[in-house]
This record gives sequence, structure tokens and C-alpha cells, in this order.
Amino acid sequence: MWQRILALAIKEFQALLRDPKARVVIIVPPLIQLVVFSFAATFDLNHVPLAIYNQDGGAAAQSLIARFTGSQHFSVVSHLDRSSAIETTIDDRRALMVLTISPQFTQDLLSGTPAPVQLIIDGRNSNTAAIALSYANSIVQQFNTDWAWDHGRKTVPSTLSVRAWFNPNLVSRWFIIPGIVGLLMLVVVMVVTSLSVAREREQGTFDQLLVTPLHPFEILLGKAIPGLVIGLLEATAIIAVAVFVFHIPLHGSLLTLYAGIALFLLSATGVGLMISALAATLQQAVLGVFLFLVPAIILSGFATPIANMPPLVQDLTLINPLRYFMVILRSVFLEGSTYRDLIDTFWPLAIIGLTTLGIAGWLFRHRMN
Amino acid sequence: MRENTPTSSDPSQSTRKSSRGGGRMRLLGLIRKETWQILRDPSSIAIAFLMPVILLLLFGYGVSLNAKHIPLAVVADAPDAQSAGLFAAFRHSQYFDVHPEPDLTHARQALRSRQVQAIVHLSSDFSAALVNPNRQAPVQLIVNGVDANQARLIQGYVTAAWQGWMVARTQQQGHEFKTPVALSARVWFNPELRSRDYLVPGLIAVIMTLIGALLTALVMAREWERGTLEALMVTPLRLNELLLGKLIPYFVLGMGGMALSVAMAVWLFDVPLRGSLWVLTLTSAIFLITALGMGLLISIMARNQFVASLLAIITTFLPAFMLSGFIFDIGSMPNWLQVLTHVIAARYFVIILHTVFLAGDVWSVILPNTLAMLLLAAVFLGISRRRIRKSLE
Repeated sequence: MWQRILALAIKEFQALLRDPKARVVIIVPPLIQLVVFSFAATFDLNHVPLAIYNQDGGAAAQSLIARFTGSQHFSVVSHLDRSSAIETTIDDRRALMVLTISPQFTQDLLSGTPAPVQLIIDGRNSNTAAIALSYANSIVQQFNTDWAWDHGRKTVPSTLSVRAWFNPNLVSRWFIIPGIVGLLMLVVVMVVTSLSVAREREQGTFDQLLVTPLHPFEILLGKAIPGLVIGLLEATAIIAVAVFVFHIPLHGSLLTLYAGIALFLLSATGVGLMISALAATLQQAVLGVFLFLVPAIILSGFATPIANMPPLVQDLTLINPLRYFMVILRSVFLEGSTYRDLIDTFWPLAIIGLTTLGIAGWLFRHRMN
Repeated sequence: MRENTPTSSDPSQSTRKSSRGGGRMRLLGLIRKETWQILRDPSSIAIAFLMPVILLLLFGYGVSLNAKHIPLAVVADAPDAQSAGLFAAFRHSQYFDVHPEPDLTHARQALRSRQVQAIVHLSSDFSAALVNPNRQAPVQLIVNGVDANQARLIQGYVTAAWQGWMVARTQQQGHEFKTPVALSARVWFNPELRSRDYLVPGLIAVIMTLIGALLTALVMAREWERGTLEALMVTPLRLNELLLGKLIPYFVLGMGGMALSVAMAVWLFDVPLRGSLWVLTLTSAIFLITALGMGLLISIMARNQFVASLLAIITTFLPAFMLSGFIFDIGSMPNWLQVLTHVIAARYFVIILHTVFLAGDVWSVILPNTLAMLLLAAVFLGISRRRIRKSLE
């Protein structure tokens, strides 16, 4: 029996890798994407274009502006000389933010009345706007504390100190890159497995396969093995790049990580084969992959937290294998979690994998054209 | 599937060099045939109409960057009226679900097991320092930094609640709360910073990439794989007519998907449409032509469905998601990557969509970005045409 499965798996590999273009598209793009997306996918803002409308000639205004110029988060792109210029600067996207300093700024500061400073922010991208605003807030706050200290004023009655666990400098790349590992693995495995049966159906060779002495279970395994092997190799390459090129800390053990990867591959292969068994043509298979892939990525917690979703949608994410894999990846990488911490994510993956593989095997036998 | 029959009813078949009217007849015949082909396979319709609806519902209802009810542990080493006052400020904030913990060990445990996202900790000298005018009462915030973006948001919310508490407390004591600089911020176009208002318009670019590039790449690759395109080329159809006939039905499908998306954005999700509809339609049409050109080029390079589908996902769909400025800010990417984003048509379209929806018809934004899309469309279609012609010789 194992010989037959092996023979089928080898045939699958040959079918997959015979075409030189197919070889290239399976291997090269995921690695390029890892690099490109890892640089792209960050919520940390650098060099936010800032315009300044300074109506005050005093030194205090200059020292506040200097704090913005000195921050790596902002780069001053223009100095405005009239208030009417603010609107066009924002509308034309020349600056994301305009800092307006009132004429009596220095005077107010020295006399102890709160000196007004106004920020106008382009809210077209609300997330960028919120982050830029929080940077500006902390700059002004620091300015306030320092000014009060230097001029012997009574400062605020309390201080807030912040410490972040697992990612002390809050580098969003540490969060995103482990997520990209899961994303790319899902895409590759789904495409490889889902197209395998659909292609044979379209060409009519799947019926031939069914009349061979192979048991449907053996066909299932033979079809699943290429996806599992390619997924495993690709995962290893991607993780190596994440650790050695991007220096993402890998605190947990490789054993735990690979246990998670194996279970995730099992469930991804299962879903892929299920879609493949349902599709009559390649185009339908690709559509099926998309109908699964897009919601799976969006509802995985990859870019937006699951906790922010409405309760009904949160329940829906429970059947999404990528959701569990995201937790496994991030916990093993950043928190150093052991398999004991992650058991709650391991068993759902196993159940999803076995269920979908079972359905796929059943469909192999019962969905004949 | 036989595809080389539609022109048999064409009266101008006998003469290769026919009048313009004959050309139009041939084109119409081909378009009719392609339309039938789309209608016969429900999966094309599904990509054009089912995908947009699913994506819009997911992004409109499912996804939000605005956190609410963040589980927050609060710990006071020496609980008293002062610490209770600060904790009440967190309880009254809509952003937090407050979990009181008896001591820091329990709170750390809760943070580690992801039951809470952050801990606010007051050491035993908090109250003493608070009433002493010469000291500042220390408040410690520990936040789970795994999701850095979320952690920064939590930090912002905690800071806001803490500042509100200080202001209220100072005023209760009959003083005016004064900071040296009073910062006021106004957010234009989206004052409440609703993430839906920028996610939903941006999504239209992703959806149209899906219809224009992915669907076209797949369909055309199938024709190359089966050799049906070569069969069509021996008919009196000219190359331009053939390409037009193939692309027009998908153009119509794409514009249909776009109309559906805009309707859902405006009526279902209440996203304001401040610009004019004709600008939106025109720029969408130009973007769609660019996407169709990309799809065509991919199919020509791949020549089979498997490679085409992978290439289309990798070169069109994922970049439209990640490199277009739809979610991640382009200005914060490294310079080499910013240069690279210029070949991604979705980049220009996302800017136009955000502007037309939220700001209005700002010509200084719309015109240059439209020009860039036109340029890309010309490049994609030009290369495609040349490569088809070459492959025939």
C-alpha cells in the first residue's frame, strides 16, 4: 500500500514540477514576497510629511518645532506663511499634518496661560492619522514636562511609565513577519493541492485514477503529500529568512513551531483537497481557493485584531485554520510559548485537518461526473 | 468547448479586408460569444459579484482597527480611595473592560495567558506621592507588545483616560488644570477616525484588480492552454478586434462589480462620497483597463492556468493589498520599495478613491494619478499585443 502511495506522490511531484515555469512560480515568489511585504507591512510611520504655520517669532516656538524636526517620525516639508495655504497643502496631499502655532505662543507660555497649538490632520487614511496624532501628542507632552521642569512650575501630579512585554520597542515588523510566514504558506499549499485534482478532472485523467487498484484513501494521501512536503520546505526557508535576515527573535523551540506547522499544513491541505474535489474545472478551483483564501486571511488576525470584530464574526473565525496558526507563530516567536501553552490551538487544527481530509476522500468517491 | 465557430454566421467572412461595418459585426459577434461563455460558467460571475459582496461585508462589518472593550487588568499594591478614583476613570472609558486583580503576580499571569492585554499597576507609595505637592505619583502601564500597533493604540487610550483623571482631580480641588502648551487636533475628512471610511473605498481597488487581472488572466490562459485563441486567429478577425472582443465583456463585468461596490459603500456602510460620480466612474474605467492589460500580459507569459493563477495572485492581488497604500502607508516604506510601488496601478487608484470619496474632486491629486494609470495601461496592452504578434510568427 505504501509503495502505491509513494508512486502516486512521485507522479504528483512530477506533474507539478515538470513545467519549468511552474517550478519557478512555486519557489521564487514566496521568498520575494516575504522580503517585499516584510518591509512594506508596518504600521510604524517614518517621515510623516509635516507643514508648519508658525505665527510666533519667539524662541519657545522654535524649540517646539525643533522637537518635530528632530523626530524620525516627522519630516518638515514646508513652512506656510498664511492660513489659506493650509487647505491646499492638505488637499493636495503635500503634507499629512499642519502644525499651527498662534501669534502669542511664547508670550502665553511665559505668562503661564496655556499656549494654543493646533494640528490639522488629513484623515483620508484614518489609521495613519491616528498614529501620527499619537506621535505628535507625545512630542507635545514631553515638551510640556520639560518646560515645566526648566521653569520651576508645578508639573502634573502623576507620571505614566510604559513597558511593553515581548516587544519592548513596539516594532510592528516583529508582529507582521511571523504573520506573513503563515500567509505565504497558506497561499502556496492551497494553490498546489487545490489545483491537483481539478486539473486531472478537467483533463479527464481523474476517472482513470479512480479505476486503478488505488483506494480513495491512498489517492488522498498521494495527492496530499506534495502539498505537505512543499509547504514544509517553504516554511523552513521562510522562517530562516525571518530569523537571519530580519532578526525576528525566535524565543520558543523549533519542535513546538514545527508541530504547529505540521498541524496547520494538514488542515490547509485538507481544505485545498476539499475545494479541489468539489471543482469540476481549474477555474472553479481557483475561484474556490479565492473564496476561501481572502476571508481566511482577513479573519485570521493577520493585520487587524480578532477582538475588534463583531461577536458573530469572531465565532466564524473559529473554523479558520490560519487564525490558530497566527497565534502559534507569534507566541512561539515572540513569547517563547511551549506546546503546553498552545494546546488550545493545536487540537482545533487537528480537527479541521481530519474533517476536511475525510470530506475530500468521500467526495473523491462520490462526486463523479 | 468549441470556440472557433462564432464567426461562421458573419457575412463578411469571405473577404478579409472588409468595411468598417463588417469589423463592427465581427466584433459584436465575438463579444456575444464571449458573453455567453461567461454566463455559462457561473464561476466568472461569482468572481465579479460574489467576491465583492463577501469582501465588502468582511471589511465593512468584520474588520476594524478601532479597538473597544480592551481587557485591562488594574492592580493597586495598597488599594484606597485615591487608586479607586483612577480606576474609575478606566471603568468609565468605553475602550476598556476593567479586570481588577489582587496583586501583580496574578495580573502578570493574566497578561501571559492573553486574558488581558495590558496592566495598570499602582505601587504602594502612589497615594502618598499623589497628595505630596513635591512628588509625582507613579503609574505603571505594562502592555502586551506582540501586536505593536494595537499596543500603541492601548497606550494612547490609557494615556487619555489617565490625563482625564488628572484634569478632573485638579478641578475638584478648585484649581485650574494648566499645561504649558494646549494641543488641539482636528482631523479633516474623517473626524471620528472611522477605519471603515478608508478601508471600504480602498477595497474597491482590490476588488477591481481581482476582476480585471485575475479573472482575465485565468480565462485567457485557458484559451492559450487549449489553443482556442490560435483557432480564433485564423478567422477573419483582426488582432485588435480579437483583443477587444475578449476584453470588453470582462470590462463590463468589472464595471458592474465596481457599481455594486460603490452602492454598498454609500448605502450600506454610509461612507461619504464627496467627489462626483462621473470622476469616480471615469477613473475606475481607466484603472480597469490597466488591470485587464495586466491580466492579459500574465496569461501571455504563463500560457497555462496553473502558472497564470499563481502569477496573478502574486503580481496583482497581493500587491494591491500590501503595496498600494490600502492598509500600509507607502511613505513609511524603505525608499527602494517606494520606487517599486510606482509600477503597481492600484497605488494610484487607492489615492484617487480615498480622495474622491472622503475629500472631493481635488484635481491636483486626481489628474497626475490618472495619467500614471493611463501610462501603465498603455505599457501593459502594448507589450501584450507585441508578444501575441511575435508568438504567431
